[in-house]
Amino acid sequence: MAAAAAAMLGATALGTGALAEEPIKVGELNSYTRMAAFTDPYKKGWELALEEINAAGGVRGRPLEVISRDDDGKPADAVRIAEELVSEDEVVLLWGTFLSNIGLAVADFAAQREVLFVAAEPLSDAVTMEKGNPYTFRLRPSTGMQARMLAEVAAKLPAKRWATVAPNYAYGQDAVAKFKTALTALRPDVEFVGEQWPGLFKIDAAATVRALDAVEPEAIYNVTFGGDLAKFVREGQLRGLFKGRDVVSLLTGEPEYLLPLGAEAPEGWIVTGYPVEDLGDDPNHKPFLEAYQAKWGELPQLGSIVGYVTLKAVAAAIEKAESLETEDLVAAMENLTFDSPVGPVTFRDIDNQATLGAWVGRTALKDGRGVMVDWSYADGADYMASPEEVAATRPAE
Amino acid sequence: MTLDLGFLLGQFLAALASASALFLVASGLSIIFGVTRIVNFAHGSFYMLGAYLGYTITEALPTGVLGFWGGTLVAALAVGVIGAAIEIVVLRRIYRSPELFQLVATFAIVLIIQDATLYVWGPVERLGPRAPGLDGAVQILGEYVPEYDLALIAIGPVVLGLIWLVFHRTRWGVLVRAATEDREMVGALGVNQSWLFTTVFFLGSALAGLGGALQVPRESVSLLMDLNIIAEVFVVVVIGGMGSVLGAYVAALLIALFNAFGILILPEISLAVPFIVMAVVLIARPWGLFGRPESGEHQQALSEEPLRPLGLARRAAILAGVAGLAGLAFLGGRYGVVLATDIVIVSLFAASLHFMMGLGGMASFGHAAYFGISAYAAAFLATYAGLSMLPAMLLAPVAAMLAAAFFGWFCVRSTGVYLAMLTLAAAQIVWSVVFQASEITGGDDGILGVWPDKWAKSREVYFLLTLAIGAMALVTLQRIAHAPFGYVLRAARDNRLRAEAVGVDTRNHQWAAFVVSGVFAGIAGVLFVFAKGSIFPDELAIPRSFDALLMVLLGGVQSVFGPLLGAASFTYVRDEISRLEYWRFIFGILIILVVILAPDGIAGGLQRLWRWIAARAGFRRVTPDKAEGA
Amino acid sequence: MSTTPADGPVLEVSGLSKSFGGNHAVREVSFALGASELLALIGPNGAGKTTCFNMLNGQLRPDRGRVVFCGRDITGMRPREAWRLGLGRTFQITATFPSMTVIENVQIALISHERKSYELFSAARRQGRAEAEALLDRVGMAGAADRHCAELAYGDLKRLELAVALANRPRLLLMDEPTAGMAPAARVELMALAARIVAEEGVSILFTEHDMDVVFRHAHRILVLNRGEIIAEGSAEAIRADARVREVYLGGGTQEPGAEEARPHA
Repeated sequence: MAAAAAAMLGATALGTGALAEEPIKVGELNSYTRMAAFTDPYKKGWELALEEINAAGGVRGRPLEVISRDDDGKPADAVRIAEELVSEDEVVLLWGTFLSNIGLAVADFAAQREVLFVAAEPLSDAVTMEKGNPYTFRLRPSTGMQARMLAEVAAKLPAKRWATVAPNYAYGQDAVAKFKTALTALRPDVEFVGEQWPGLFKIDAAATVRALDAVEPEAIYNVTFGGDLAKFVREGQLRGLFKGRDVVSLLTGEPEYLLPLGAEAPEGWIVTGYPVEDLGDDPNHKPFLEAYQAKWGELPQLGSIVGYVTLKAVAAAIEKAESLETEDLVAAMENLTFDSPVGPVTFRDIDNQATLGAWVGRTALKDGRGVMVDWSYADGADYMASPEEVAATRPAE
Repeated sequence: MTLDLGFLLGQFLAALASASALFLVASGLSIIFGVTRIVNFAHGSFYMLGAYLGYTITEALPTGVLGFWGGTLVAALAVGVIGAAIEIVVLRRIYRSPELFQLVATFAIVLIIQDATLYVWGPVERLGPRAPGLDGAVQILGEYVPEYDLALIAIGPVVLGLIWLVFHRTRWGVLVRAATEDREMVGALGVNQSWLFTTVFFLGSALAGLGGALQVPRESVSLLMDLNIIAEVFVVVVIGGMGSVLGAYVAALLIALFNAFGILILPEISLAVPFIVMAVVLIARPWGLFGRPESGEHQQALSEEPLRPLGLARRAAILAGVAGLAGLAFLGGRYGVVLATDIVIVSLFAASLHFMMGLGGMASFGHAAYFGISAYAAAFLATYAGLSMLPAMLLAPVAAMLAAAFFGWFCVRSTGVYLAMLTLAAAQIVWSVVFQASEITGGDDGILGVWPDKWAKSREVYFLLTLAIGAMALVTLQRIAHAPFGYVLRAARDNRLRAEAVGVDTRNHQWAAFVVSGVFAGIAGVLFVFAKGSIFPDELAIPRSFDALLMVLLGGVQSVFGPLLGAASFTYVRDEISRLEYWRFIFGILIILVVILAPDGIAGGLQRLWRWIAARAGFRRVTPDKAEGA
Repeated sequence: MSTTPADGPVLEVSGLSKSFGGNHAVREVSFALGASELLALIGPNGAGKTTCFNMLNGQLRPDRGRVVFCGRDITGMRPREAWRLGLGRTFQITATFPSMTVIENVQIALISHERKSYELFSAARRQGRAEAEALLDRVGMAGAADRHCAELAYGDLKRLELAVALANRPRLLLMDEPTAGMAPAARVELMALAARIVAEEGVSILFTEHDMDVVFRHAHRILVLNRGEIIAEGSAEAIRADARVREVYLGGGTQEPGAEEARPHA
């Protein structure tokens, strides 16, 4: 009972930083089993960052400790675990998550329980826009930002008849809607002639490919990923769906999704992704790349960057904050600028969105595996929602 | 859209190929059920294992036609051996347990295989090679048709034919058919039953493994394969009629065709198509296309004890339980409150399922529908209608009641596993509507911000509120169980014919029980939504339904305390171990231990333990109780 | 229940027929049953007795024919509706509610009779307790009221079934092989009880039976069924003397009256 009482008092005791050697605990949750392909490199990324941070003396002179949990891919479980992290483990802030619905759920929890949440991966615009709240910050460029990056390239294509295919859940619907809006704004002459909504990780690829073929589009916009993507690509190539058609595909350039396709990786698709093999000479990127390879003996993937950068951002915020109280941490996050393997990144204060960008390029085959070529780095700052849009969409604080 | 002949043919051939794949897995499940009456939820895991083994073995063997097909066969046989081993080690010990109890064990096997696969192959999905010699496409009427699809189209009927030959031309096959028709007969024929069951498990698992291995050239091998296929496979088996292999083929074809052409007409309903087809078939033919009515007699081998009013010891146990919860809530730190709140909610949910399952004899595989519908209704009332918490809590279960009345009306027209599958279909249809209607329900983003009113915002106050409402609901359920309605309901479960012969409209009583059960699940649902502040389609999906089913079965169907014990220990233990890396494996092992050590559930096991201790200590019971556990 | 002229027949069956896949299980069966009559329906195995019973209380729908109960056509009526009119039955294979106590089994019938089966909040334990005790007493089971039904001996189950069947004060009881599987002494005892009930309460009973001793000793009148048809009808003496009956039981090679041993029961 005494232990329980002590645990109850623990939070405030830690908050005042009574013990110098006591680690500062941050709570991390992600879909480690459900989304293993992405979260495995992601975890390696943040473990590297954690090692670097503590090797350099930790934060505020204390070691940083990450309590990491698996949310099982379910938002309700995520909320329960978030609650557990906050009330039992007494972490000073929460970070992580992959799926958009989980990100939104934890964001809502953060607002209710008044705790800082740094969303690493969830892409839905709603995290910082429609359902944004003062306690929630997001690192990766949103679906809307990435769709705008792709639409810019897509608008230069001759194609006018477009078809879309996306997993049937919020992220897929959002990604299609944002792309349509962005492309139509740039090219009022395009029309969308068909759409397919296979269930997430339940695609009937043959039927989907044939249904797309039947509407005879000139170009296809794809949002499927993971196992769905592999089935879609294989069936599509067998059935000649991609012959003579441009394909614009969200996230497909990420090694997480491109590498499993092996020699069957599609060529010439316009994608967002991570051209890791070409970044060895980038002065910003080089140290990260080398450290990662030294620790894990493999090339980083996009998740590695996300994990690494998010924990660096968290550490920077803790360092900058006046105290470990939530208000001070939130204040520290606003306009926080910190160094990353892509150069300085800033969390914009009007919508809590970071300026991290994405690489846009084309897929190609090299040595029997898919890579990105003709790529360029699109700085997130250039694609963010306008302040007017933010003011109109984001709930007033 | 051009709907020319070539296109329709192409779509038809694609459907045939999918049907073959589905059939291979479903036929194995159907054979296993036919002979052993086990509802084998691990069948999807065998399929997944087949895919992983097929991937690894074909990679290891020299590439080429022989390597691929040889590897595929070896993978299938290996899965068969694994299946037979599981039958020998686990399932054989529990054939005498109450109906559906084996289902718990198979569910534990799902968890174990999940983590074992994760351990062996790692989390990243694998994309296998295309089938050598069949890696291209041929053009038929201007349509590209993959060569491998043509091979699959042939394999389905070939396997069907082989099974037919085995069943009609071998002594073993004749025995299998005899056992499927009438299980009692096998014993009478003097057949070694364990040997028959083990071999049937071998064949069934090998077929699932074959289905999985043949899937390697079509899709990437991943840890999601087991749960992705299992629901659809069950749908196929049920539509075909459980135990009928031909039925499985016809049903697989039916589902594949509806999937292929449904996607052209209404792409949005693709998620619900198989379940709608199943519901329609079962309403028209309650035992599937080729199935026969279950011979109800063997299910009535219950030796359940009469319901007794709560004695002193049990009252004391209840008080101890409440005190334990309060202790957890107020002494277990801030998280103790959260956990205690969860336990109350889940206990009520499990108790509501137990009401229809234990007293009504109707197992539900889709009870989460009523939990979720009520939670969503409360969320709508709180967010859209702006109601405050208590009125929303009061009104929302009405939605669960209406839904239960609607779906229950169809479900009670069936019995046993078929009834359970209808409840599953209902829940899946509700789930896909909620999932799809994202304009209103937020899709899988869910509805957020459904927090309690200010006065109940603190975790402690909300816990007390939950405890008060939960306890009242549980007491009410108890009262109903001991009321004339509860008695007559049990009578209808015990012996439908007898009950009808004393003037009881058994179906109507079951329907009413379905509704009562739905309302109480709904009460649990509203408590849940305000505790979590949000609601997602997951809460009406299959895993949530199965959690409740597991809690009831693990706790003990034959005891009123069973579901409460099951819910509390399930929630607490899972919470404790889910921090560990391979916690599913551990959890699966724990469940199997319970299943083997306490085949009558935790409640029954504790009771026996208590008697054993009492006997040892030399206590004498006043009234001898002859009904030892089942 | 429904009113009938005191002297009219309780049950009138005419032209009852049923076939299963071309097999005539019951063909053109007609008979009547008066008030306070104890009528036996006998015949060799497979003669169609149980099929006949199942059509009388509505468990099975006849292909042709009519069943009139107390002046009311009940052909094709559901068993539970027929029961409400006062037509009860017991089963060849004893049918009780195995998870309940003896008295609860009777209480179920009483609850149903009083149309209280949808009551959600009253205590069932007290429901018709006294009446149920009286019924158990009537069949000599008063001492076993609180025993678990699953632990009863076979003969006790049969008596319990009788008590349950009497709960709604039926005008007619159909008893399908009431003494099957019982020891000879117990058979006599049970049928004596049935005869007493007929005499004292004005209930009519139609029963099937293999034990010819029981039949000849207690039945007021006997119907003989063979291959779905009634081949003889009359008093015990008349049936004993009937040549066709003797042929069926002796010459036809089917069965000797009273020779058949009861089959084991589940």
